[in-house]
Amino acid sequence: MYITFDPGGCRCSPATLLTSSVWHTVPHQGRDMDCDRSLHFRAWTWLLLLVALNDSEASSDLNKSTNSTAQPDPNVRFAAASTEPDEKIAVFALDYDYVQIPYEVTLWILLASLAKIGFHLYHRLPGFMPESCLLIIVGALVGAIIFGTDHKSPPVMDSSIYFLYLLPPIVLEGGYFMPTRPFFENIGSILWWAGLGALINAFGIGLSLYLICQIKAFGLGDVNLLQNLLFGSLISAVDPVAVLAVFEEARVNEPLYMMIFGEALLNDGISVVLYNILIAFTKMHKFEDIEPVDILAGCARFIIVGVGGVFFGVIFGFISAFITRFTQNISAIEPLIVFMFSYLSYLVAETLYLSGILAITACAVTMKKYVEENVSQTSYTTIKYFMKMLSSVSETLIFIFMGVSTVGKNHDWNWAFICFTLVFCQIWRAISVFALFYVSNQFRTFPFSIKDQCIIFYSGVRGAGSFSLAFLLPLSLFPRKKMFVTATLVVIYFTVFIQGITIGPLVRYLDVKKTNKKESINEELHIRLMDHLKAGIEDVCGQWSHYQVRDKFKKFDHRYLRKILIRKNLPKSSIVSLYKKLEMKQAIEMVETGMLTSTAFSISNQAQRIQGTKRLSPEDVESMKDILTHNMYQVRQRTLSYNKYSLKPRSSEKQAKEILIRRQNTLRESMRKGHSLPWGKPAGTKNIRYLSFPYSNPQSSRRSMRAAEFTDYDGSDSELLSVMFNPHSCTGSLQERRCAQEFIPMKSLHRAGKPSNFSFQINTSQNQDVVGGRRMALRSQPFFHVVREEYESGEESEEDSVIRSRWSVEHRHSRDYQKSHSPLLHRK
Amino acid sequence: MGAAHSASEEVRELVGKTGFSSDQIEQLHRRFKQLSGDQPTIRKENFSSIPDLELNPIRAKIVRAFFDNRNLRRGPSGLAEEINFEDFLGIMSYFRPMDTGLDEEQVELCRREKLRFLFHMYDSDSDGRITLEEYRNVVEELLSGNPHIEKESARSIADGAMMEAASVCVGQMEPDQVYEGITFDDFLKIWQGIDIETKMHVRFLNMETMALCH
Repeated sequence: MYITFDPGGCRCSPATLLTSSVWHTVPHQGRDMDCDRSLHFRAWTWLLLLVALNDSEASSDLNKSTNSTAQPDPNVRFAAASTEPDEKIAVFALDYDYVQIPYEVTLWILLASLAKIGFHLYHRLPGFMPESCLLIIVGALVGAIIFGTDHKSPPVMDSSIYFLYLLPPIVLEGGYFMPTRPFFENIGSILWWAGLGALINAFGIGLSLYLICQIKAFGLGDVNLLQNLLFGSLISAVDPVAVLAVFEEARVNEPLYMMIFGEALLNDGISVVLYNILIAFTKMHKFEDIEPVDILAGCARFIIVGVGGVFFGVIFGFISAFITRFTQNISAIEPLIVFMFSYLSYLVAETLYLSGILAITACAVTMKKYVEENVSQTSYTTIKYFMKMLSSVSETLIFIFMGVSTVGKNHDWNWAFICFTLVFCQIWRAISVFALFYVSNQFRTFPFSIKDQCIIFYSGVRGAGSFSLAFLLPLSLFPRKKMFVTATLVVIYFTVFIQGITIGPLVRYLDVKKTNKKESINEELHIRLMDHLKAGIEDVCGQWSHYQVRDKFKKFDHRYLRKILIRKNLPKSSIVSLYKKLEMKQAIEMVETGMLTSTAFSISNQAQRIQGTKRLSPEDVESMKDILTHNMYQVRQRTLSYNKYSLKPRSSEKQAKEILIRRQNTLRESMRKGHSLPWGKPAGTKNIRYLSFPYSNPQSSRRSMRAAEFTDYDGSDSELLSVMFNPHSCTGSLQERRCAQEFIPMKSLHRAGKPSNFSFQINTSQNQDVVGGRRMALRSQPFFHVVREEYESGEESEEDSVIRSRWSVEHRHSRDYQKSHSPLLHRK
Repeated sequence: MGAAHSASEEVRELVGKTGFSSDQIEQLHRRFKQLSGDQPTIRKENFSSIPDLELNPIRAKIVRAFFDNRNLRRGPSGLAEEINFEDFLGIMSYFRPMDTGLDEEQVELCRREKLRFLFHMYDSDSDGRITLEEYRNVVEELLSGNPHIEKESARSIADGAMMEAASVCVGQMEPDQVYEGITFDDFLKIWQGIDIETKMHVRFLNMETMALCH
């Protein structure tokens, strides 16, 4: 009971410790110095009183009582305040108790974040070991400090805190960022493996440990079967996040990646369900014997808990998707809706004793698709980042806490139990992997190779989940809890450090079949075509199969779900419309502010751009690919890449690029609309004026003229642009794009003076008057050569090469050319 | 099932030719008859009776592929008027998953076959090149399911893809060299590293799970 009177000094945060560790050499006094003087006085008297009464050392006693300390603290303060009124007003007062819990939690998170920053500052480290290693090490260090100074760790972990606050964000994040398509493509194997694998592991490890416990020599006779099974269930919860990061880097093949991802996603849920059921059994067992009926009931319950959880998740997912349909005017609360409904699904499922984890996963998966289309872009970004942040914080806290609790006296080191746990974990994982994949390979068209299976076996890294579950074992039911925790810690350390660090080299050594993600437009197109082709062939065969199921769902989705769940005024792909809106806005802004923003944006890039004008650098190709690949995400969004800790950093860049491209389109559009047809008019004077009016500077007006021209022939003349396919024209068109996007003049333009300006004229007139222009270009070809030679020493004039290549194309393809341009001519 | 075609010898012959199991052939034959209306051959019009195919954006291309002489190995170009069951099976066999026990060379051969089929879908004028026009055509068709995508963006995608193909296939070109289209060799190059084996296959069923045609 005396804990209630503890003024809080006894639970110093690690950070306070770190900052004032000098004081802490004498624990009691140092602690007290943190406290408010007046409060301290009271506290001190109370403490003395307690020490006298209990005749024991306060801190050691406090160490024993772990979990119950969190709540009463604030009450202490008020209770104390009411019983003993202040005698005088302190000029300077320190009230640490009041803020203690949030204060310490904040410091923990901050510490973890700083550790992460440090980890990533040294860039070779992340390649060497997984992030969880570092977090554990930091935690262990802090734990050592706490232990060395005889303090108690902060109350981060507690059954309700873990299940209500720490676990949901982690699971939600996993579900939300799940790559939907590959997941459902492999759903059969994933369910088979993740579901059954967890069960086999849990029971296998539990039963074999039970056999070990029967051996008298080990002194484990007091551990009964249920306890062993429970331990098996918690130790079988793998957490292969670190492995996923390695896979991502090594680009292993998609099915393998999805197996591990699916395991990461579903394993938690299954283990926790099993854990809870077994805990219930254990409780029951304390009072009465378990009958076969109960076991049957347990099995039934297992299924109901799982299915029910998923059911509630889907329902809540639809509800939240439906609600985001109406949030267009209050987009600030959109993220809130998403988070609250996911959390609500978790809570509702938990209230009904269903699996909250599966519920929140299903909810995230269900709503993601629709919510993403409904919410505004900013909300979407907020949701993504917030989700990453929350889950990262939770996980960090757990890992650090794990490190903290490693150091301490509360271990029960039983060699036999620990060694056999470690061995059985590996053995049963191997058994389950090879047995289950042997079966599922019979049904797969493309079976998992032995190498793949070895990797899956090796990726059985335990993590935060196992530790939390072990740590939360009720002491009353598990007298040997300490031993369980120790064994769990050993397994986690072994897997995280040894397997986590070596799996990267192993993947490389085994040379696992790599994925073929090349992120190329061609591939994107081919695969897209292939999808339709396959679905079509299946239709022709009249077979009901994989692709058809997907097709059917898509149709259903299209006909009903989307109509209900997605805003009416939106077109089918909201991203397009969103960008339309954005680009409109930006285009207007641009004209209003004289393109200040875009020039400002470009200046930073200018130096590098000029360097890159000459050749088509790989980055340019890459960025172009990106642009075009991304242009296609109306077609299909392929989000395979997944990283637990960070979002893809380039997404925003891509977004910006896309906006710019679209903006350019809009400009073009507006030019067309506003000024009838730009082609067919001499030298597009109106265009120039349209874009250049904000400028007084002739340089920049030329700049924008150029931009206008480029914009112009990028669009009206896309036939032209794209008939020429040689690297130069690639450069040209790419840079054209760039120019149009950013309105940067090439360096060569600055220097070019007349010749290149002249080439512009030709250029434009070509665009304007297609047939005539071609003839003109034909005639003026030698002239261009002269120009080129003139600039050969320096950088080759960009547009020069473009024109030359264009000329050559035109020259050769005059037939096609005429043909392909006929619509254009008609339009005139 | 009955009918002359299911005579065991004929089936055995087809098994050897196409690699399908006799069950699968039986299955497909049933479907064939359903489509053809118990005729020995199928014409283009028969495919319009498949309701599921209607929503497929590349429907025309798929149907065309069935009658393409190149795929039927009847000639370098042109379309067949009608195909019989054997031809039908032949087309289907392009979509058979590769057998697992194949050696490197056979896999490569199989891969080539599959890719050739795909190539023919792009190359509609059978000149051995995917020209820009053809490429654009395909992309436009692919995107035709979404009315909100302008033709222009489809075009720019095709253009970009073509440029990429050019850079992949030819690498550095002479300044006035022109890339005229993707040849089959280039096509192979583009597909290099992409495991078509796992992508281009349909699971042909042995069991009776036919979807209703009408």
